[in-house]
Amino acid sequence: MPSLPVGRVLPVVQAPDPVLATPGMAVDPTAPEVITLAADLLATQAVSPGCVGLAAQQVGIAWRMFSVDVTGHPKTRTCHGEFVLCNAVIESATRKERGREGCMSVPDFTGDVARARRLVVRGQLPGTGEWVTIETDAFEAVALQHEIDHTDGMIFLDRVAGPHAVHPRRTYL
Amino acid sequence: MSHRARLSPVTPPPPVLAVTVLGDDRPGIVAELTEALAGVGGNLEDSTMTLLRGHFAMVVLVRSDASQSAVEAAMQPLQHSGGLSVDVRSLPDPAQHSGAGQSFTLRVHGADRPGIVASITRVLARHGGNIVDLGTRLGSALYVLLAEVVLPEGADVSAVQADLADAARRLGVDVSLHPVDDDLL
Ligand SMILES: [Zn+2]
Repeated sequence: MPSLPVGRVLPVVQAPDPVLATPGMAVDPTAPEVITLAADLLATQAVSPGCVGLAAQQVGIAWRMFSVDVTGHPKTRTCHGEFVLCNAVIESATRKERGREGCMSVPDFTGDVARARRLVVRGQLPGTGEWVTIETDAFEAVALQHEIDHTDGMIFLDRVAGPHAVHPRRTYL
Repeated sequence: MSHRARLSPVTPPPPVLAVTVLGDDRPGIVAELTEALAGVGGNLEDSTMTLLRGHFAMVVLVRSDASQSAVEAAMQPLQHSGGLSVDVRSLPDPAQHSGAGQSFTLRVHGADRPGIVASITRVLARHGGNIVDLGTRLGSALYVLLAEVVLPEGADVSAVQADLADAARRLGVDVSLHPVDDDLL
């Protein structure tokens, strides 16, 4: 990751805010406002306990960019540390498994969602705009799919497996 | 204070009503039921509905400023022309659950015989396990039970699993109990 300025902590929006259902605009990863938002996403994610990823939509901006950091999570295998991706697309997604996930923007519920556990994603780094390919698995793969969904204007409730797949959220981190 | 402040009386929120509907399934029951509830100003809260071997079965929690008898009256057409059995009753607001404990998925399948659900759920109850979701299906010969169970903090999970395996062995069925983690993303 190219080095970024110090970010500000932004308020996280919650469903049913319409921005969460708005597909993101492609961004110029070298634009100053994109670099600023990249830093802000990382700063906001860092102060949110248990948060392993944050999409631009979650701070009220419908742009195609998000941050991820699954360092230290017990389900993490492959780990690329803390990073921001712009204009990310999924190249391949295999080995789907169902898991139960929650989201900072949906505080009342969790949902059972099938997500690939093997994933290849391409995207651009903020600052340089360099295209990178991220090949990952397990928890980082799940987090990337969840965040890319946000950039497409989707939340996990758009992917839950059926009428018994939404649950009251019991644990507040 | 130079004058006496007057507090206006606080109106308690209307009680939550549980509406239970059972009967032969056909298209349109949910629409008719919820239209009738909307007609008495009912605000739907949690609900669940499924088919049990072709029988429609639904429970919906609803709050309405209308009286219970007005809600019951609104259910009359469903009962008379619709051939459904409808029960309306007032529920006390539940104590908020502490949320402590760990969720597990329980899966049981095997040849049908009396007592499977009773024996398996008794094991869970002995360990303080609380069933929060449950469904069973009977095929031509196969019985299937799926449940979500919350075990209390500090429960001995391997002891629960061993006791379940014992019960399953006596019943001749297969059982598994796997944790479900909430992953905050
Ligand atoms: Zn999210």
